[in-house]
Amino acid sequence: MLINYYIFLSLALFCIGIVGVLTRRNAIIIFMCIELMLNAVNLLLVAFSKMHHLTAAAADPNAIAGTDAQIFVFFIMVVAAAEVSVGLAIIVMMYRNVHSTDVNFLNRLKH
Amino acid sequence: MNALILSAALGVIMMFSGILLKSKSAIRMLAIAGAALLLLVNLAEMNGMVLFHVNTRGMIVFDQFGLLFNTIAFACTLLYFILSGKDMEKVGNNFSDYFALIFFICCGITLTSSFKSLLILFLGIEIISIPLYILTGSDKKNLKSNEASLKYFLLGSFSTGIMLMGIALIYGTRGSFDVARLFGPGEVPSVLLMAGLLLLLFSMAFKVSAAPFHFWTPDVYDGAPTVFTSYMATVVKAAVFIAFIRLFDEGFGFLHPNWKIFFVIITVATLFIGNITAVFQQSVKRMLAYSSIAQAGFMMLALFAMNTDAKEGLLLYTTAYCLATIGIFAVLVRMKDYTFDGFNGFAKHQPLLAGVLTVFLLSLAGIPLTGGFIAKFYMLKAAMGASQGLGLLIFAVLMAAVSVYYYFRVIQAMYFKEGEENARIETSAGFRYTLVLMAALIILLGVFPNLLLGFFYF
Repeated sequence: MLINYYIFLSLALFCIGIVGVLTRRNAIIIFMCIELMLNAVNLLLVAFSKMHHLTAAAADPNAIAGTDAQIFVFFIMVVAAAEVSVGLAIIVMMYRNVHSTDVNFLNRLKH
Repeated sequence: MNALILSAALGVIMMFSGILLKSKSAIRMLAIAGAALLLLVNLAEMNGMVLFHVNTRGMIVFDQFGLLFNTIAFACTLLYFILSGKDMEKVGNNFSDYFALIFFICCGITLTSSFKSLLILFLGIEIISIPLYILTGSDKKNLKSNEASLKYFLLGSFSTGIMLMGIALIYGTRGSFDVARLFGPGEVPSVLLMAGLLLLLFSMAFKVSAAPFHFWTPDVYDGAPTVFTSYMATVVKAAVFIAFIRLFDEGFGFLHPNWKIFFVIITVATLFIGNITAVFQQSVKRMLAYSSIAQAGFMMLALFAMNTDAKEGLLLYTTAYCLATIGIFAVLVRMKDYTFDGFNGFAKHQPLLAGVLTVFLLSLAGIPLTGGFIAKFYMLKAAMGASQGLGLLIFAVLMAAVSVYYYFRVIQAMYFKEGEENARIETSAGFRYTLVLMAALIILLGVFPNLLLGFFYF
């Protein structure tokens, strides 16, 4: 299958994520959109990894070229999990104080 | 490699020290000893004593530039612990965890100053960012701190997503994360590569708070507990700058003519917005936040020029800027009133501290005989060496002149205005001696910059 389809799909997912971050007002939904962006990148990396691997394997069946992106994806997942734990804790802390997760509340610092 | 492993281990030790040690001063002493040890092992590695041998498959290479920067960053961390360690007690109950998080940030700094693979760059930036989100929100009952940390977290992870997309697009064209193989001489850049480069540039500009990606900085720096703003605005920002210059020097050095124009725009915008907005601030803390944007604009000149002077200048600049800003923040934390009026009559009550603060402010403004002057000089020299740098240079000098206004406002308040009793703050002898030492270092750096730069070449 052509790599173009994967690029279009993950760019579409990425743009949905960006638009969500910029337009939504609920902190948790913004956070979900950020996760969507990260997963779009994961999908793209795996697709590119397969593409580079197939090219290398055509010349040498034992080639391991192109597999590094799949390792990268694992790192992204781990970091994203760490970010989720910190991020949700911050949102809960916010909720305890203002009883809302609406980011429109975030205007106290603007004097 | 010494510092990388030791800083991670120290982070874990500090986490457990909160359970084992009951006395706060014991925890603080442990942290200061840890930071000193970190500095020592890094100096040992600079002299060829590598304690841990790990095969990183070329993903991390510790060269002189990175190690020298680590030394600067760890020395600043040590001074920061000595000066502000006591003030962290007032932020919250989890005293030992703050030190643990700062040691984890040091671990990230070691990665960003020595990466050879985009994977390590990403991990380094994230290891720096995630503890910072926690530190920003560490004042749990304070709404401003909550807000700052949520804002920082959402925007920070958004920019991480953009950075990852850039890395993925670059991987698509090159098939490798190796920084040295990103772009060779004589190649024609593909559309995907240029798109990836731009996304990486935007996200890195966001992390160093360069305009037009600076909008989060004043709010986050203002809302975060002042002790941690001090660390965020100095060592962390410098570390990201080192990552920035390494990435664009080693990775995209041959594409310099293509991305130069973006740096011109970013530099001009950062210098202009940072300096002009700082003039109108009423709070010294917020003024320092904008001043950190303005100083970032000066450091961007190094990225624009990208020659030897630029790399030397960046090291000097980060040293002078970190020392001065940590010093000012250390005094500011103890003030009751953060406005300019809070400094009225400060010189009458605290002549020594006022004198030291004056040295720091003069250095930030770039007055001769201080480290800040020689650092700015190096930056301008680097910009002069690059083609078409003259216009940018003139603009930078004009903006430096603007910056004198808001730095001197503090000096004027301290010396020439009548103050009330609220300018009185309590300090220990050790605190004063450390500040005097830092002021002496800044002047020494301004007179003999080669004391620092000599390490670069030996």
